[in-house]
This record gives sequence, C-alpha cells and structure tokens, in this order.
Amino acid sequence: MKILVCISNVPDTTTKITFTNDNTQFNTAGVQFIVNPYDEIALSRAIELCEGGKGTVTVINVGESSTEPTIRKALAIGADDAVRIDASPRDAYFTAFQIAEYAKANDFDMILCGRESIDYNGSQVAAMIGEFLAIPSISIIKKLDFDGTTAKLEREIEGGKEVVSVTGKFVASCAEGTAEAKIPNMRGIMSARTKPLQVIEAKPIEMLGEITKFETPAPRGSVKLIDSATAEQLINLLHTEAKVI
Amino acid sequence: MGLEVYMSVLVYVEQVDGKFKKSVFEAVSYAKAIANSQHTNLTAISIGNVAESELKELGKYGASKVLNVAADQLKNFVNQAYAAVIAEASQKEGANIVVLSNSFSGKGLAPRIAVKLKAGLIDGAVEIPNFEGGFSVKKTAFSGKAFAITTLSSENKVLSLNPNAFGIKENPTEISIENFSPDIKPTDLTAIVKEIVRATDKISLPDAELVVSAGRGLKGPENWGMIEELADLLGAATACSKPVSDADWRPHSEHVGQTGIAISPNLYIAIGISGAIQHLAGVSSSKVIVVINKDPEAPFFKVADYGIVGDAFEVVPKIITALKAHKG
Repeated sequence: MKILVCISNVPDTTTKITFTNDNTQFNTAGVQFIVNPYDEIALSRAIELCEGGKGTVTVINVGESSTEPTIRKALAIGADDAVRIDASPRDAYFTAFQIAEYAKANDFDMILCGRESIDYNGSQVAAMIGEFLAIPSISIIKKLDFDGTTAKLEREIEGGKEVVSVTGKFVASCAEGTAEAKIPNMRGIMSARTKPLQVIEAKPIEMLGEITKFETPAPRGSVKLIDSATAEQLINLLHTEAKVI
Repeated sequence: MGLEVYMSVLVYVEQVDGKFKKSVFEAVSYAKAIANSQHTNLTAISIGNVAESELKELGKYGASKVLNVAADQLKNFVNQAYAAVIAEASQKEGANIVVLSNSFSGKGLAPRIAVKLKAGLIDGAVEIPNFEGGFSVKKTAFSGKAFAITTLSSENKVLSLNPNAFGIKENPTEISIENFSPDIKPTDLTAIVKEIVRATDKISLPDAELVVSAGRGLKGPENWGMIEELADLLGAATACSKPVSDADWRPHSEHVGQTGIAISPNLYIAIGISGAIQHLAGVSSSKVIVVINKDPEAPFFKVADYGIVGDAFEVVPKIITALKAHKG
C-alpha cells in the first residue's frame, strides 16, 4: 500500500498575525513555521496504517526551499520519503493541481490531507485533488480504517457523523479524532536527515484569483465587569442591552 | 469596469431529512443580495427528496426558481456526484456565480464544483462581493486572526458563506419549481454512505446562534451538567476548549479554537476557559462574548464584552436561576 500525505508549512499556532507592504503580505519576520497540525494527524494515521511493513508513506509539500525543515519534521515523525514541488503555494487550486499531477504519475492507494491549513483555512485542497483525479474525496473525517481493499471513513456532519465506505483510490481530509499526532523520537530525527527528499518542478496552470489585501479584526470594546455576587444581572444585560437572548 | 454580465446566480440548498436549515436560508438571502446587485435572477438547486411546500419556502428569501433533483441515486450526499449535478445546473442556467453554505458538506463540495467550472473559489465568505474594479470578497483567514480580501479573475466563481455571517433576509419572490434530471455517472457514485448518525435533540455547533462553552476550570467531565442545563435553557449549542477534548471529557466535535472549529455565534459564553491565543482565534468573531473565570488576569477578559470574575460553580447556578425567572 502506498499513501501520499500532503503537508503544509504554516505559522506556529501561537503566532501573532501581522502584515506588511500595506497589508498585502503576511509578515513572516520572527515567525516559527510548523507542519500544519491537521496534516500531522493525517500523517500519523498514514503511519499507523502502514505499520508492520504494510506500506509506505510519502509526504508531499508544495513550497520553496524554506519549507524543508518542516518536511524533515514530517520525515522524523515517520514518513518514508518526501517530495517537494518547488514553487510558492499561491492558492489551493495551484497546490491541488501540482499534487494531483504528481499522484497521476505515481500510483497511490490513498491521499490524505489535513482538514484545512491553519493559515488560509480553505479546506479546499483535498476535494480539488479528488476532482482533478476523478476519484472520491471525503472531507473532514474523524476516523479511517482500511482492510486492504475497502476503506471505512467517518465524516463529520452538523450534529453527528456519516459513515462512508470506499473501494479503490480516494482522497480524505483528516480532523481531530482520526489519530493522535505522533511526536518524533530521537531515532526518527536522526534518520530523517538521510531519508530521500526529491525536488521537482511545478507545472504551469492559470491563476483564478489572488489575495489582494489582509485586514485584522477590529479591536473589541472594553469588558463590562459584573460582580459575581450579582451574577444574575447578566441575563438582564444580555436581554436588554446586548439583545442576544 | 462593470462590463461583465452576470447571467444569473445559482445557490445550492442543502437538505437534511427533506428540510432546509437556517444556514440554507442564509445562503439564499446572501445569493439574492448578489443577484440583486447585478440585476439578475436567483435560481436554487435542491438535491434529494424535498416536499414542494418546503421548496416553496426558498421563495421567501428571494429564489425565483428551484431546480429539483429527486433522483433516487442521489438520495445520500456523495460530493463527487453532487458537484457534477450542480456544475451541470450552473451551465444550463448560465449562472457564473455559484453560492453555497460553508457547512461540512459544503466544504467537500465547493472545491469540486470550482475545479469542474474552472472557477475561482472563495470559502468562508463573510461579506457580499465588491464588484468595483473586479470581483473581490472578504473571507476569514489565519483561523479567525485575520481577514483576506480575495480577488477572482476567473469567469466563473464559487462562494461559500460562513454561518451567521450575513443573516437571514426575507425577500418574498414568486417561485417556480422545475424538475431537473441531470446526467448521473455511476463512476461518480463509488463512495457509499453506509450510516448517518445525527443527534436530533442537540443544536449543531457550527451554525449555532448561541454557544455555551467550558474549559478545564470545570475540573472534570462530571461537572458538565450545569453547562448543558444552561445551554438547554438558552437553546444554545455546547462547546469546549482543546484541553477538555484532548482529555476526552467532551467529544472532539465540540472543540472550538484554532485547531478545532471556528465559530461566529451571536453569543459565546466561555466558562472556566483562560483564553489562549489559539482558542481566541476560533471564537473572536462571535458578536457578544461573556467570560466567567475565577482568575481576573485570564487573557479572555481582554476580548470579552461582559465578564464575571468568580467561581463557575457559584456563578453558573445563579445565572441558571435568573434565566429560569426570565423565561417565566
């Protein structure tokens, strides 16, 4: 079994988000980059499914050479090899196209992504890869089992879950619950340095759109404190002042 | 500028057990506002078994036509097949803007429609498009820490609307129902829905208007009774912080924050949650935030509209009593 896991290089979850160039660019100064947390879940599940020699896990990233530490981290967690498509991941359409092109040329049984990247939150890449490859895509799963031929996935729906079965190739985007994120051990970190990392060129595709400006949320007004001894006042305030209940 | 002709707008109306949810009417209201700004009509597409009376409800929010796809093979949601149907409908209607809710199903559907139509996709839109000098839409980014204005240059466009971002706006319109028989390829139906489990007695968190959320300050899962009682009285959904779902006190589906889900309810009540930057990211677009925490230094108070410094176990019962009195 061959599993392809798509990983995105994103700012650490504690990052304070600021912009430069008249709010047209994300300010990367002093920002620590990590493997997108949801992609780590996808990778961890892929590694579990391949345990005991049942298969291999390839991680793929669309990014410039600056993303290599993130790719090495994924190798340290336990991926067998890595591919970097050498291009700035300008949007989901571009990124999904590159990954789909690579997957077409290399035979994978399943392709796993995180439910979304924590920078642009598009939740687009997995389903777009599915469409480019004309194979099923199951978005936002919280469970994935595979018996060698058929995969059984639990997909999140409003107020519950849906169980889906797929025989044949598929793409899925993984959320919490699919696996516990694995933490690299020392042996993993050492071996990651020598695992294969192939760099390939991006293929051209037209642009459909771009981010032209960023905004930060308007600061909120100051807090109105209510004495805990008269906490019941809250209900009245929410009803008459805030008018939300 | 403004020379591009928008022939019509198509909105996908997701049904659950033959009914439309509030988020669908919100998407229809949003799509109608776009159609109005372009002096064009709004067509809806419904897939699955929905009664005529329910389809007619869409007219209340501005749809002048609904394409009704009642094919039995499409009874369950399979995004590959649904995307093909919606793309076919958009071509038939000459619609170059397709709108849908940014729901769990919408997230699996919109990208496939976009690839089929070679359309730029804006997910999680929070405002109506600005047509001045092109076509740009504001969407959430960095898990709620920022917004990104995205400009599309493609002829076709797909927009998914965040729940509670636009609101429901009535716009009574005469609506016609047209049965639509799309081309269904068996190869689009290889993913098979085996089981659907839905709690009908609970309010779904992603599109809830009111949310009661609790964190480690509750000390253990056995103390969630008062949180659920408060939520029930308010008609609110329950949510939790990451440490709580990590410890399995509550299911992952309740985890709000940067690595959980982002929500934007009208009211978010945070009880015993300190307000780490990752948590705030997921809830900061809530309209009104109430924080109850015994630590006056908790960072959450900085973004709260109302704050109560106190022990949750003393404060929450008082609020429950007041709420019961309020409701009479």
